[in-house]
Amino acid sequence: MSEGLSRRHVLRRLGGALAGAVSLTAARAAKAAVQKGLASADAPKGYDPSQHKWLMAIDVERCIGCGSCVEACKAENHVPDSPVYFRTWIERYLVLKPKLGAGETRGEVIVDSPNGGMRKGGLKDFKPVPKEEILRGFYVPKLCNLCEQSPCSQVCPVGATFDTPDGAVLVDSKYCIGCGFCIQACPYGCRFMNPVTRTAEKCTLCYHRITRGLKPACVEVCPGEARIFGDLKNIAPDDPIQRFFETRKAQPLKPHLGTKPRVQYAGLDMEVR
Amino acid sequence: MSLELTNNIIEALPQIEGYVYPNEGNVHPLWSVPIVVYPYITGLVAGAFIMASLVRVFNVKVLEPVYRLALLTALAFLLCAPLPLLFHLGHPERCFEVMMTPHLSSPMAMFGFVYAWYLMAVLLLELWFDYRADFVHWSQTERGLRGVVYRLFTLGVHDVSEKAVQLDARMGKIISVVGIPSAFLLHGYVGFIFGSIKANPWWGNVLMPIIFIFSAIVSGMALCVAMYMVLSWARRVPADIRCLDSMKTFLFYALVMDAALEGLDWLHRLYSADESIQILKSLAFGKLFNSLLIVQACLGTLVPLVVLGIMQLVRREIPVVIRRRCYFTTSVLILTGVLAMRWNVVIGGQLFSKSLRGFTAYKFDFAGQEGWLLSGALLLLPFIILGVFVKLFLSEKVWPAHGSSPAAASPAS
Repeated sequence: MSEGLSRRHVLRRLGGALAGAVSLTAARAAKAAVQKGLASADAPKGYDPSQHKWLMAIDVERCIGCGSCVEACKAENHVPDSPVYFRTWIERYLVLKPKLGAGETRGEVIVDSPNGGMRKGGLKDFKPVPKEEILRGFYVPKLCNLCEQSPCSQVCPVGATFDTPDGAVLVDSKYCIGCGFCIQACPYGCRFMNPVTRTAEKCTLCYHRITRGLKPACVEVCPGEARIFGDLKNIAPDDPIQRFFETRKAQPLKPHLGTKPRVQYAGLDMEVR
Repeated sequence: MSLELTNNIIEALPQIEGYVYPNEGNVHPLWSVPIVVYPYITGLVAGAFIMASLVRVFNVKVLEPVYRLALLTALAFLLCAPLPLLFHLGHPERCFEVMMTPHLSSPMAMFGFVYAWYLMAVLLLELWFDYRADFVHWSQTERGLRGVVYRLFTLGVHDVSEKAVQLDARMGKIISVVGIPSAFLLHGYVGFIFGSIKANPWWGNVLMPIIFIFSAIVSGMALCVAMYMVLSWARRVPADIRCLDSMKTFLFYALVMDAALEGLDWLHRLYSADESIQILKSLAFGKLFNSLLIVQACLGTLVPLVVLGIMQLVRREIPVVIRRRCYFTTSVLILTGVLAMRWNVVIGGQLFSKSLRGFTAYKFDFAGQEGWLLSGALLLLPFIILGVFVKLFLSEKVWPAHGSSPAAASPAS
């Protein structure tokens, strides 16, 4: 070891290495940001996301709980066969009558979603409850709430999940590190870890379809027109989404969390979370 | 496995109660035992470092015998801190993206920076300045592999003039001063990862980072006490009782703060009683009864508080042997309690549905990525590394006077 190599030299070199590492990080971050802006996940060439603003609204009173949407979503998006994961699902709410003399407006509330409400797979049905015990019953379709302040995008450590300019929240599965932070951060339980790709997955609003002028699979198959889909930047005359907001009072889920969900529900009950 | 069979198995799971969102219905929590181990390890790092800073920054001379041990403990655990995270990732091969393309609004993206800062700028530098003169001396006296290691660690700087050694001490103190907020940052940020999740009422809590910091200090100090006693026992030398008394005093006050903060958290939850309180109460008295109320609150907090409190009041009347035993036992209890606390936060937060309508389940996993075996090994690894560090840097061979101040053993003083 040479005498000329002093502590000052060593520290200077360490400092240089540190500065190099930091500037490399900054450069990589900038590059990733540019790439993200240019990326058009699953969209056809020439699709301009700045010219659209997609939105889905739900009319709870029109949902008949048939589960076609769940099945269509699973098929369209190759959602893992294991029945515990869903990009969209149907919840059944049964508000039972209060006990006589209880002095209450409603009794016990039963919520279930056997196999995500996907009934056509020949699987378990909703458990029967005697009709006379039921005060009110309704079905609530659930999907990604397309939050304006999306907590999932906020917490992703690498920016693999991101808000697109046209209103979707997507995951870049080639970039996701599979930490699961976004799944924890989603208040609506809309995300899951795909056991095959080992990355986070969620509803994409069928981005590959809507960017080609098609409706999302769940909207396409809904027999009751409970799911209303539209492009807020290109409202057609007599557009269903326009009519929905003209005629129905709607609200988002868990508004107190400040996530500003863009998906709006008409006919929601206080029991729905 | 057929769809129907899988579904029947899931339906048959007795642990899922009430309604949970379908995506939450998995019996393996997304963040399992490795994520329990991770905040535990970083907490021990931060706590052990605070213990060491008491000597450097606050000049608590009586703690001198544990100064180097505390720093080496912090380093051994810090080296293992990223491992549970890495093993838990779905794509560990992409882990460097967190540092190369960090998403700056994510607290988890700060991991790389906080970790690198703490390891490179604080711990390694402080240790190097503290050991530099010794390395120079040992590199001349020691032969073989040991000698090579010490020569490497001098980094080619052989200046042990009085001026240089004084500069080392000054640098050590400056780094220690910077190190205290850094230790708070290291563990506060881990608490923030949980505290910032507003979707989860068990986690989303402004007190979370502060509770994490104090539980970290408590666990790190308890670990230093235990390690010092184990080391003394292994070397058949009596542990310095004055040093132990002093450590336990600091530990007692830290534990009081920790218990007060956690108590305040619960008091606030119960009093403000928002929509989540029912499910959290059921959680505490149901699935978390043993780990929260028995292990964490009673064994890990109340019992040590009472024992250490008595020690504070009537220490002089208690024979040294009893004191030692009490100190060791309370340290082990505190270490277990803090581990239970990490379990309660991480696993507890995933045992109920975000619909607040039901409970999910935890299934014991032995082998596999999220199993106990791997996590146990990850928890054991820092102790093995610490053993190597002790052999190399606290060895009786090169540093016989480990019971006295490090300066006494330094050739330059």
